[in-house]
Amino acid sequence: MTDELQTQKQEAEIMEGVERTRASRVYLPQVDIYSASDDIVILADMPGVAEKDIDITLEKDVLTINGYVSTADGPEGYELVHGEYGIGDYQRSFTLPDEVDRDNIEASLSNGVLRVTLPKAPEAQTRKITVKAV
Amino acid sequence: MFRQPYNWREIDRLRRDMDRLFETSARRPLGRAARFPAVNVWADEKEGVIVSAELPGVSPEILDISVTADTLTINGTRSPEDLPEEAQYHRRERYCADFSRSVQLPYTVDTNQVEASVENGVLTITLPRAEAEKPRQIEVKTSG
Repeated sequence: MTDELQTQKQEAEIMEGVERTRASRVYLPQVDIYSASDDIVILADMPGVAEKDIDITLEKDVLTINGYVSTADGPEGYELVHGEYGIGDYQRSFTLPDEVDRDNIEASLSNGVLRVTLPKAPEAQTRKITVKAV
Repeated sequence: MFRQPYNWREIDRLRRDMDRLFETSARRPLGRAARFPAVNVWADEKEGVIVSAELPGVSPEILDISVTADTLTINGTRSPEDLPEEAQYHRRERYCADFSRSVQLPYTVDTNQVEASVENGVLTITLPRAEAEKPRQIEVKTSG
């Protein structure tokens, strides 16, 4: 049964030679990504992260989302009797397709879910092509 | 010839245990979904129990939390996002369906004093230990 316990939260891979300055573990947030006609939306699960602790950076083609968690330890004086998930920061990177309009990316956080909206550049929006009968 | 008596009691117990096992697991889908949400249970023998669960995107109104003296049950649904027309998923990793978790508590708790709160998608439930159950210091009297 133990293999079920850690499958929920995946730890992020550590890049060769690069260390984080914070001491906590880093997890990969689970995401849903969908593409609509005029934007791409990323929904990332980041429970325990407050709005002020989110960092989103875009460097060249890579979008990186970072979420920092403040309470890594459990309640004072209590002993962990049954632990199914670890508590730590979140990080995940995505390579953006060319069609994203990089100047208008928006993000919001609600209930621990980060929503990043990537509008598609006007040229890339799906256009309906009507077929004329001849 | 020497024959072993057929032990009905052992077989019957095995059958009952297997029934119970399949009964509880049949309600939940197998695989990762069976463990949504993941819970952590903290205990202090004087104070009681604290259960925390990561439930991002689940609004408190949908949660149904019930507690008996020794079991905590969390039921709810995380509904998937309403997609606009013509939208398509590229990736789907988040669990979005009904969930139900039952946690066996290490101590009997006072159900009237149970409190639950949600912050940033993390549900925390505090279950104080029943007053009568708290460990009492026993003084050793010496005489003579």
